[in-house]
Amino acid sequence: MDSLDLSIVEGEFLSLLGPSGCGKTTTLNLIAGFVEPSAGRILIDGEDVTGRPAYLRGLGVVFQSYALFPHLSVFENVAFGLRERRVSSAEVGRRVGEALELVRLDPVGRQRPAELSGGMQQRVALARALVYRPRVLLLDEPLAALDKKLREGMRDELRAIQRSVGITTVFVTHDQAEALGLSDRIAVMSRGRIDQLGSPREIYERPASRFVADFIGASTVLRGRAVARDVVAIAPGLTIRVAGGESFREGQEVELAIRPERVRLGRGPADCTAEARIEGLVYQGSMTEVSARLGDGQRILLFVTEPAPMSLTPGQIVHMHLPADAFMVLA
Amino acid sequence: MILRLAVVALAAFLTVPTAVVIAVSFNPTAILSFPPAGFSLRWYVNVLTYPQFQRAALNSLLVTGWAAALALPVGTLAALALERGRLRGRNLWAAALLSPLVVPGVAAGLGFLILAASLGLLRSRSVLIAAHVALVLPFVVRSVWVSVRHLDPAFERAAASLGATPWRVFRRVTLPLLRPGLFAGALFAVVVSVNEFVVSLFISNRVTEILPVAMFTYVVNYTDPTIAALSSLFILATFFLVWLADRYLGLGRVFLQH
Repeated sequence: MDSLDLSIVEGEFLSLLGPSGCGKTTTLNLIAGFVEPSAGRILIDGEDVTGRPAYLRGLGVVFQSYALFPHLSVFENVAFGLRERRVSSAEVGRRVGEALELVRLDPVGRQRPAELSGGMQQRVALARALVYRPRVLLLDEPLAALDKKLREGMRDELRAIQRSVGITTVFVTHDQAEALGLSDRIAVMSRGRIDQLGSPREIYERPASRFVADFIGASTVLRGRAVARDVVAIAPGLTIRVAGGESFREGQEVELAIRPERVRLGRGPADCTAEARIEGLVYQGSMTEVSARLGDGQRILLFVTEPAPMSLTPGQIVHMHLPADAFMVLA
Repeated sequence: MILRLAVVALAAFLTVPTAVVIAVSFNPTAILSFPPAGFSLRWYVNVLTYPQFQRAALNSLLVTGWAAALALPVGTLAALALERGRLRGRNLWAAALLSPLVVPGVAAGLGFLILAASLGLLRSRSVLIAAHVALVLPFVVRSVWVSVRHLDPAFERAAASLGATPWRVFRRVTLPLLRPGLFAGALFAVVVSVNEFVVSLFISNRVTEILPVAMFTYVVNYTDPTIAALSSLFILATFFLVWLADRYLGLGRVFLQH
């Protein structure tokens, strides 16, 4: 872990997003108190909890493996946190029942975790982490172990539960679609530091670095040379006036990224349009992924919504329209 | 076909001595002859009524009970320390804890004898119990260690995040999840201790001797099938224990996890 400065707003859903080994789980473990930072502080509600053991932090944690206690019933798993807090048994029964109902499970909970499906185990883990009303909910890739269909259903439900409880949530994931769909804010991490922190829309539409542009969604990075304060020449015939108050030195090399869904097929020569030779086509049902090469050899990716406006074949020369406002300047 | 024959031959080789002992135990005559000349239970009656065997059985119960009761917690803590502790020279410690497995019984017996003599404890059962603890400890440590190694730390972290203090985590999560290893360790301790002979021979007397020693003494003096009857009971008891363990704990799993 490198230096990391992150403040989480009360009630928000914050995702730590990054490839494996980027430090997102370590960050979670630091917040939870499973590991101690070698330097720095951790504050919850303005209170310094650095050095405080995990069992005194009062946070809710859902693990990737769920870590449901196999020797206890579903009910006792959920009751665990309440029993450690010496809640009276009548109260335990009531609150466990409520928590299980919140995640739409049988409130009796007599089964053992091993008798439940992955999706149901996930719900038990969530109920167990919420039942004692923690200040913060930490989720470590909770959806990773589920299959795709279930994962999508669970994702929506997770969001609904989080909203209804209103709990501050930190969600660790390597899945950008999950992060985009769930979060109020996303912290994109790589190599132990936060590359960018912002709303899903900001992260997607204005990635701060080449890493973020690459990691979130597909994008093509194009290299160009500034010919004026806000004008970049990318390829023969493709000169872009960049919006957003950039100010380049003339002759400066500039990296620009563009999302494949913003690139259009053009009918002929026009503004912001360049010729490209199609290299590969991947049909994906609702769209076709086209990779092509510009005149100067730079590769570019575009998504053509099906049915395509014209027939496409490899080797074909097409006109590509790259709207100036679709370009993102990379730092 | 050849493979099958080989398996049959091997199985016979391993089980025939046991079968012979069991067959001889029903021999009506007072000689150890095979095949038996008839069927009788008189030697079983003899086993159960022979006073020195009764005393030795009680001794066995005491020594094995104490040895297992002491070795289990000690071995469990040792296994936890070996896997989790910030130990320097972990391998050395492990080797030391497992060494009774490879030290010849005669050497260990002699060592305990000299130690007991110099401490003036030759008449006491305590040295016998201490020796058994040392002898069964490697088995306990081994079994529990395997369980500890396969324990996902996420369980303990989960318990801590739910508000359990380290001691409560140990009581409510760690210990229950180590149960298969603890059971296997306890079972090994009992089986090894009950059958221990060489070391026990060195450090017991007529009053403290355990069953295997009493059996040896008996064989030295008499040659009737009593000892075959007792051996048969021994075999039966051990088999039952191991079967129980395999049935409820899946002993195969404990071994194969290595």
